[in-house]
Amino acid sequence: MPIYSEKVMEYFMNPRNVGEIDNPDGVGEVGNPVCGDMMTFYIKVKDKRLEDVKFKTFGCGAAIAVSSMVSEMAKGKTLDEAKKITPELVAKELDGLPKNKFHCSNLGAQALSKAIDSYLKKQAKGGKK
Amino acid sequence: MRKVYLDHAATTPLLPEVREAMLPYLGELFGNPSCLHDWGDAAREAMDTAREQVAELIGASADEIIFTGSGTESNNFAVKGLALAQQGRGKHIIVSAIEHFSVLHSAKTLEKWGFELSEVPVDRYGVVDPDEVRKRIRKDTVLVSVMHANGEAGTIESIPEIARITRENNISFHTDAIASAGTVPVNVKELGVDALSLAGNQFYGPKGVGALYIRQGVRVMPLLDGGVQEEGRRAGTENVPAIVGLGKAAELATKDMASRMKHLGYLRDRLLNELPARIDHAVITGHPENRLPGNASFCVQFIEGESMLMLLNSQGVAVTSGSACTSRALKASHVLIAMGLSHEIAQGSVLFTFGIDNTEKDVDYVLEVLPPIVEKLRQMSPLYAKFIKKGEGGA
Repeated sequence: MPIYSEKVMEYFMNPRNVGEIDNPDGVGEVGNPVCGDMMTFYIKVKDKRLEDVKFKTFGCGAAIAVSSMVSEMAKGKTLDEAKKITPELVAKELDGLPKNKFHCSNLGAQALSKAIDSYLKKQAKGGKK
Repeated sequence: MRKVYLDHAATTPLLPEVREAMLPYLGELFGNPSCLHDWGDAAREAMDTAREQVAELIGASADEIIFTGSGTESNNFAVKGLALAQQGRGKHIIVSAIEHFSVLHSAKTLEKWGFELSEVPVDRYGVVDPDEVRKRIRKDTVLVSVMHANGEAGTIESIPEIARITRENNISFHTDAIASAGTVPVNVKELGVDALSLAGNQFYGPKGVGALYIRQGVRVMPLLDGGVQEEGRRAGTENVPAIVGLGKAAELATKDMASRMKHLGYLRDRLLNELPARIDHAVITGHPENRLPGNASFCVQFIEGESMLMLLNSQGVAVTSGSACTSRALKASHVLIAMGLSHEIAQGSVLFTFGIDNTEKDVDYVLEVLPPIVEKLRQMSPLYAKFIKKGEGGA
């Protein structure tokens, strides 16, 4: 049996929203190369909604599929809604992840959340928007 | 789609001649070699032939060959069996840092059983310096185990020099020749070893069979107790069809070795030379010259091995990687780390191992499909973005 679900393969082979955003409203970076996976999420916020979400990921097939799925799930959501995306939800949307990879590859929700936090922090300091 | 198998370090296909030789022993010649009737005689005779064939491959005599169930078993048997047989003399063993887990973990088990273990480091090419072995020898050292060739890095070690040191010090010396026996010349007398492991599926024989050479007169403690198969050193009814296959594969390897090496060496050198020319920041791992003829190993910077492997697979190319994500334990290859590569670079490991059925077209195909895969993954990689913007992490 292949180690990845068809959906993981699809999101890995054809990743959505890869890239960076110029002048992003928030950036979130997680992971390190020792454990294998690194993800950076970029967000653009308009009227408290995620107008755009993009990512860059260094990692295994699962890590790329996770990033891709998170970006798709988050796009268009309000910040509060996006904050509620959990690793469990992401794995469910991908029809499951291999057990041993659940933690290391499933960092997308965390990276997104960090990007939102960085935006909120900027806001609190009286930045734009 | 073109299908290109470049993972011969994992396992080789069974040669048709080998399968043909095995078939009667999966059919009418099903006897147990321990039995004294015609059925037993036929099986025993087949095993005798196989033992001669394996002995011939490595320059041993037939009674120095013990059949086992795998290369892993051979390594376990050698390391534990030789150490345990001599524990009255001392309880210190020496192994290299790049041994296969079947040697390393056997050594760790011996540690739990009260032995002391010293690990010998390697240089950046994966070479064990014989002097580093010498430095670790103590009065109570009873066993040294250093592999003949590393299947992952491809590097071939200076076994005769290490053997000279162990002989001077009256210490048993085992070498794991699983990656090399049947592929390059391996002669136990020239190497000067007391024990040597090999496995059938590394040179077009079946899986689930290996052999251990134990030099005449060297004592080894059996791992399996039971009947007196293999002169009482390895109990259990023998896997006759697999042993016959191993013998046949050994015979063919002896006969065809020179032409196989030439073919594999040519394909390897093309990839070693041309891949770094087409992909920036792709470094060759292992020794540039002293390496297995079919082994072309690289680390491609800024991307991760498993995703590279999967995209290559989607193009019909089968390879392996020493990246953390690829291993079940989620740890980067201990071989690459022992060679001093950073975790970040080791993550980009990709290993191509050629076999006798590969052709030049296969090399062309890899050179055609890999660069766009690397490009795609680099476009996704935050490490590559950092490198492009700030020049961070380049090697």
